[in-house]
Amino acid sequence: MFKYLPHTEREIKEMLQVIGVDNIDDLFHDVPKTLKDLDLDVPKAHSELEIFERFNHLANKNIPLTPFVGAGAYDHYTPTVIRHLIERQEFLTAYTPYQPEISQGTLQYIFEYQSIVTELTQMDVANASMYDGATATAEAMMMACKTKRRNKIFMSETVHPATIKVVQTYAKYRNITVTLIPEQDGVTDIEIFKELNDKDHAGIIVQSPNYYGNIEQLDGYRTLLDETKGLFIVNSDLATLSTLKPAGYYKADIAVGEAQSLGIPLWFGGPYIGYMATTKKLMRKMPGRICGVTEDVDGKRAYVLTLQAREQHIRREKANSNICSNQSLLALFVTIYSAIMGKKGIKEAQQKSFNATHYLAEELTQLDGFDYAFNQPFFKDVCLETPHDPQVLQKACEDKGFFAPLVIGEHNGKHRLLLSATEKRTKHDIDTLVATLEVA
Amino acid sequence: MYYDNLIFEISKENHIGYSLPDYDIPTYHIPKSFKRKDELLLPEVSELEAVRHYTNVSFKNFGIEKGMYPLGSCTMKYNPKINQDISNDPRFSLHPYQPDHTVQGLLEIYTETARILGELSGLDAFTLNSYAGAQGELLGLMIIKKYHQDNDDLKRTKIIVPDSAHGTNPASASVAGFDVVEVKSNEDGTVNLEDLNSVLGDDIAGIMLTNPNTLGIFEKDILEIAERVHGAGGLLYYDGANLNPILGIARPGDMGFDIMHINLHKTFSTPHGGGGPGAGPVGVKASLKHLLPQPVVKKTDERYTIEHHNDTTIGQISQFYGNMGVIIKAYTYLLSIGKENFKKIGQNSVLNANYIKESLKDLYQLPFERTCKHEFVFSGIKDKSTDVHTLDIAKRLLDFDIHPPTIYFPLVVKEAIMIEPPETESKDTVDHFIDVMKTVAKEAITDPETVKTAPHTTVVRRLDEAEAARNPRVKYRDLI
Repeated sequence: MFKYLPHTEREIKEMLQVIGVDNIDDLFHDVPKTLKDLDLDVPKAHSELEIFERFNHLANKNIPLTPFVGAGAYDHYTPTVIRHLIERQEFLTAYTPYQPEISQGTLQYIFEYQSIVTELTQMDVANASMYDGATATAEAMMMACKTKRRNKIFMSETVHPATIKVVQTYAKYRNITVTLIPEQDGVTDIEIFKELNDKDHAGIIVQSPNYYGNIEQLDGYRTLLDETKGLFIVNSDLATLSTLKPAGYYKADIAVGEAQSLGIPLWFGGPYIGYMATTKKLMRKMPGRICGVTEDVDGKRAYVLTLQAREQHIRREKANSNICSNQSLLALFVTIYSAIMGKKGIKEAQQKSFNATHYLAEELTQLDGFDYAFNQPFFKDVCLETPHDPQVLQKACEDKGFFAPLVIGEHNGKHRLLLSATEKRTKHDIDTLVATLEVA
Repeated sequence: MYYDNLIFEISKENHIGYSLPDYDIPTYHIPKSFKRKDELLLPEVSELEAVRHYTNVSFKNFGIEKGMYPLGSCTMKYNPKINQDISNDPRFSLHPYQPDHTVQGLLEIYTETARILGELSGLDAFTLNSYAGAQGELLGLMIIKKYHQDNDDLKRTKIIVPDSAHGTNPASASVAGFDVVEVKSNEDGTVNLEDLNSVLGDDIAGIMLTNPNTLGIFEKDILEIAERVHGAGGLLYYDGANLNPILGIARPGDMGFDIMHINLHKTFSTPHGGGGPGAGPVGVKASLKHLLPQPVVKKTDERYTIEHHNDTTIGQISQFYGNMGVIIKAYTYLLSIGKENFKKIGQNSVLNANYIKESLKDLYQLPFERTCKHEFVFSGIKDKSTDVHTLDIAKRLLDFDIHPPTIYFPLVVKEAIMIEPPETESKDTVDHFIDVMKTVAKEAITDPETVKTAPHTTVVRRLDEAEAARNPRVKYRDLI
């Protein structure tokens, strides 16, 4: 007997009798004998106590550090009620809501999530979660190329390098060419885009705030793209749009990015959640799940997955994308975060992160050998330059229990560093970090 | 009725549910030209208002802990509570860019999970970077494509997919830039070897299969299929959606498969989460290992490192290292089950499925009369004098607090009802399900109206799905 496997020997016998075989192995008579002799090198069954011991041992091999690094993963505060609510089994152990009558819970939070995403992005329609910000951007690239029937796309070099790699990977296997637009002083060089822009490209992907934390000037792209009938794809950290002008303000066609900043813990890189929103015009070209409102036979308001003819389980090889399982529970996470923090709290957390990052940057650049890498407005990440040995800096921070800085390259013989502080970092923490970097 | 409101509808100006510290850090001004000024329509509620709202929203859902979930090809088994506790440990919630030497515990979990999955599947190397089964498929197909490209074998543009395959298979092949060639199933539900032969040629890049297949039938000719596909220069991709019934009994790698994905949210009991997060690790034979995506976790002299740059790989498919929180749950489960029990999972799930099939085949039409694996497919009610359809039966089961089986899939069976009772369901639960299915089959003859107007007891009844598509209202602003 084993706690997850309830059958007793006697029950197994009774069931075999009904089936009409003597032995449970007879149910595998069609599996070739040569395949069946397994001796697996796997761990023995662990009791609960042994499992806790094993993970204690593993946890002790980690050195938890207080992060002063963002770069796509931000250490924002998570209100404590969220975990209690998302772990309700009705949410956690449900399947995809294909049977709407018993999935109104999932469908309702998806509807609320879509409302929050469209509100923050100022777009018409959002899908119900993508894997992460990078793959959401790749899906936007494919959506643009398919819509425009063009197999080239522009992407700014100031997009997060991991996002660039993911987009390039997805593109390569569909024979799509990604043309990179270089940076000028830490933001996209729109003059080069103006020169290169043509009708062979399906549009451009720009990120703001970008990888360096700089806020991009997004005016101007719409007019240029209207000339070539290209699509404007804007990638943003969703939470920052509570305080910055969003994609919709700049008349973007697709808004994508990561929503981890809406309270999702660091979790060593996942699960996080990508988002995607678009215009009414492009709604049917969008991948992923969309929930809509309808009525039941009694006239009661009800929610249902809609426009499913875009999806893989109906359209098969003609589907908009292959996405099936996604990050639904993380959509609930973001929804509850938005409810708890509300209109004011989301903004306040972002403003406080903005303050903390600017205070950190200001204090650091007072030190010898630390300068701003760019002359640009920045948001939650800041890029600095230093001639100091970055490994020495990192080691000094680690000794104090901090993770900083992230080294992202070299420029004119200096090291480029990326730093970030959220609303969770105290003034004392920041002052200690600055003092540590000064001594190092 | 009050609790049917949206969070936006219970929102009141100046209600707040949060608190943030004031850390005495000066305020800086966001440049005016970039600052958002329009009024955001987001909720304002107190903490209790939010907690009560989402608790009541949860009551409108059906999860595994409420009742049986015999959803074919989806393996909805019990999700052990300890999985959740372990993955919540804050000592594992570190920044993904922390230096390698400070995350050795996490990298050991990654590496050891990959190793055990390799043992169970008979493949030599795994990446855990893919976020879901479908992304695993896409990754697998990229590997197939790159493998042929690296061999300068550029004319291989086609992927073979059986007509009974999951919808993700042809969709993934298409997203990866392949053309899809369908092969027909035999009358017994297995791949038709003649049809397979007729499409095999030097333009075939590979085949996507699951074994047991979507009808729950083991492809007994799998070794022959593998030989022919390999003989024609193609690779074999295994869709791991149906791994549960052969867990600990047979391995895709031994059957001749070169690449596979595993749905951790199915076979390895990390919950499905209402549609995710899952994880779809991808395994390959040693000869394809160099193609796995970056970043790659490596073990050298008892130290683990993360390698971000590697020219031989297909590229990168995720921002960081996949859904680490989900991987921790799967590793917990792997340790809980252990060597002693893997085989029993396969055995007991297959026992449950055959027991239900035999108990119901007098009332429901069984298109393939043979031993099934973890799942099987009925073709509607046996008595064809009734106009009660599979959809009606599914909806009627809702009144009995049972999640309906998968319906109208696979497409090769008319009025398909696909039943999968995982090994965590006891004989008593399975007997209850059989009784309910018998009751509904009888009702279909004696009282068809009750079945056709079902469900009667759910929070909403049958929905006007066409209206939702005709007039899409997809956000709160569309309702006001």
